Amino acid sequence: MTDFLYFWNHFAFILLMVGGLFIIITSQNYIKKIVGLAIFQTSVFVFFVSLAKIIDGTAPILMKVEAIYSNPLPHVLILTAIVVGVATSALGLALVLQIYKNYNTIEEKEIEAEELKSER
Amino acid sequence: MNFLLINFFLISILLITTFFIFKSTSLIGIVALTGAFTLVCAAIYVNLDAVDVAFTEAAVGSGISTILMVMAVAKLPEGKIKPLVNLFPSLIISVCIVIILMVIISNLPLLGDPNAPIHLHVTPEYIKESESFFHIPNVVTNILASYRGFDTLGETIVIFTAGLGVIALLTGNTLNRKTKFTKKLKK
Repeated sequence: MTDFLYFWNHFAFILLMVGGLFIIITSQNYIKKIVGLAIFQTSVFVFFVSLAKIIDGTAPILMKVEAIYSNPLPHVLILTAIVVGVATSALGLALVLQIYKNYNTIEEKEIEAEELKSER
Repeated sequence: MNFLLINFFLISILLITTFFIFKSTSLIGIVALTGAFTLVCAAIYVNLDAVDVAFTEAAVGSGISTILMVMAVAKLPEGKIKPLVNLFPSLIISVCIVIILMVIISNLPLLGDPNAPIHLHVTPEYIKESESFFHIPNVVTNILASYRGFDTLGETIVIFTAGLGVIALLTGNTLNRKTKFTKKLKK
């Protein structure tokens, strides 16, 4: 049972990552695709942070007394990645708005149909 | 033991939220669920000792990202999302990825193992020396701003470029599909 609890983070990482990918592929709506991308990114963040954890450790802020500190290096990487992820989704949302201005829809199939119509 | 149970509970909430995002058919519902998702993520980071990451996730991921999405959805029409496509091929791809990742992940050290390779190299020096160099007790800040300062500079450049892109897309005189189409007709 405890082995399962120790393994749960890694397993949930796989499920979240595949779930995000599944949302990106299957949904036609562009906003939903961007949300899927955010889920995909977040799964990697949770995985990295859970790699940094040490059992019975504390946050890596130094104290006067002796203590075990969790690994600060993945935290730094994820700090950078979170902000870049938000920048990515902001750019994606701006693109979606521009697509809506030009096509009057944000569903993938309708845009394809319109493209075919205009080519004829 | 408490730590493990809280971790299990929070990550289960994350998985359930993902399932409901997958099932949801209204845009604003998806945005609200994403906000909840990132907030639960912040709680998970606190539980896993990453307080700086939790702070950033709560402020940037849950705050600014949700506001941006609400602003975008407000400009879009209401209405149901169209049904899902490509269900069967993407299911096959997903199952393949799950199998491959399970094989890889079964070789990784378990959660919280103090003898994992990631804890043995570089990090002990950072924790031991950084305070005598920079006189800041927070090791994450020391690494982010000093040891890996150029990394953070690069991140700032990326955000600046993304901001420029957003401004150019929203306010600039971008190419309109209809004008391009009419030009083609005139030829």
